[in-house]
Amino acid sequence: MKLDFGLVLPSLPFLAQGILVTLQYTIISITFGFILGIILAFMKVSHVRGFQWFANAYTSIFRGTPLLVQLTLFYFAIPQLTGYRISAFEAGVLTFSLNSGAYVSEIIRAGIKAVNKGQLEAALSLGIPYPTAMRDIILPQAIKNILPALINEMIDLLKESTLISVIGEADLLRRANIIAAEKYVYFEPLIMVGLIYYVMVMALSWTAKRFERRLQRSD
Amino acid sequence: MIKTQHLSKRFHDLHVLKDISIEIPKGQVVVILGPSGSGKSTFLRSINVLEQPSTGKVVLDGTVISGQGFALDKIRQKIGMVFQHFNLFPHMTVLQNLMYAPIKLKKWSKNSSEKKALELLKRVGLTDKANVYPSKLSGGQKQRVAIARALAMEPEILLFDEPTSALDPEMVREVLDVIKSLAHTGITMVIVTHLMGFAQEVADRILFMDHGKIIEDSSPKTFFKKPETKRAKAFLEKIL
Repeated sequence: MKLDFGLVLPSLPFLAQGILVTLQYTIISITFGFILGIILAFMKVSHVRGFQWFANAYTSIFRGTPLLVQLTLFYFAIPQLTGYRISAFEAGVLTFSLNSGAYVSEIIRAGIKAVNKGQLEAALSLGIPYPTAMRDIILPQAIKNILPALINEMIDLLKESTLISVIGEADLLRRANIIAAEKYVYFEPLIMVGLIYYVMVMALSWTAKRFERRLQRSD
Repeated sequence: MIKTQHLSKRFHDLHVLKDISIEIPKGQVVVILGPSGSGKSTFLRSINVLEQPSTGKVVLDGTVISGQGFALDKIRQKIGMVFQHFNLFPHMTVLQNLMYAPIKLKKWSKNSSEKKALELLKRVGLTDKANVYPSKLSGGQKQRVAIARALAMEPEILLFDEPTSALDPEMVREVLDVIKSLAHTGITMVIVTHLMGFAQEVADRILFMDHGKIIEDSSPKTFFKKPETKRAKAFLEKIL
């Protein structure tokens, strides 16, 4: 067996563009997923039954069905239902955000529950309104505790973004497959893609570690 | 003046407070005594409505404050609370703990609230701890910061929920000294404690609770010398 990276080297810029596509998906989905997760988590810890019910039902559905089913459903079913021709990008970001929101909300809910009840009482007794207390006092402490779990979720999202190649988006994985099909070599492009993902994940966890250390100043 | 009218609190089958009606005039120092489980803390927590009463009312200066939703936040600014377990905000420095509420709620500038915070830290003897995080403080220091944090909002009423119960014995004194220095300065104080000597020293008035009721309401002199009820007598004999 012989490896010849020289053959795929000219396609490197083409592959590199895939990094941008993948990053774009991941960053947008993480951001929306995180915001959605916070909102759902607040619903879960609120005392309003309707909110609790909605957030729990939502989480149950998005956790209980495969991501690939959700993705293809959004991509193919939305045009059929509404007539709107959704792009692969929109379908991808929509699915990943909604899906990630469900997972993140469970992580944040656990984090909020782990913060001592006295913290909220102390804030309320000063006259701080409940929403402000949740945002300024409870959430920062919750996030600090759940940071490793949140990073895990982000890494998952980054890796699962390869699923968008199924609906035709030219992300890293799809580009590797295109190169492979053109040049009739599979090992080299795929190993390069694997390496690129690995570097991205490492960069993410390294940044997270630094952030975590910064948060530990108060310990 | 704070008033409770026929205040009752139930947790499911448990009747924790039973029909409590009292008035606490401005500036008075009230100490609540009683055996564990008599409802002292629950009663204290009803005063700033951390516990909503099941029936009855809490009235502050003529306004009914129990059963209110959002208006409660404004009222709570006037009622400070010091907790058994301090509940300092761990992600903020001592100074930030003190400045947070005044900046948020009183819209003070950063400068003036910092000045005020440092003044308060001086008052509780912790000027040198302004920029450390709570995790670096001893229990006694934490509680003194917590008192300063409550004072930063310039409350009319200060509630103390067993402020020394979580402290090592050698740190009790420093906290009691701070509390004593606040008594009779115009601020109304309601204190739940198990320290009889301290109660005798600081209180204008003793409320003795048992099984969710205030069964004795008297001056410290009367209470400690000649308690009226059998229950109070038995309690004092066990403790003193």
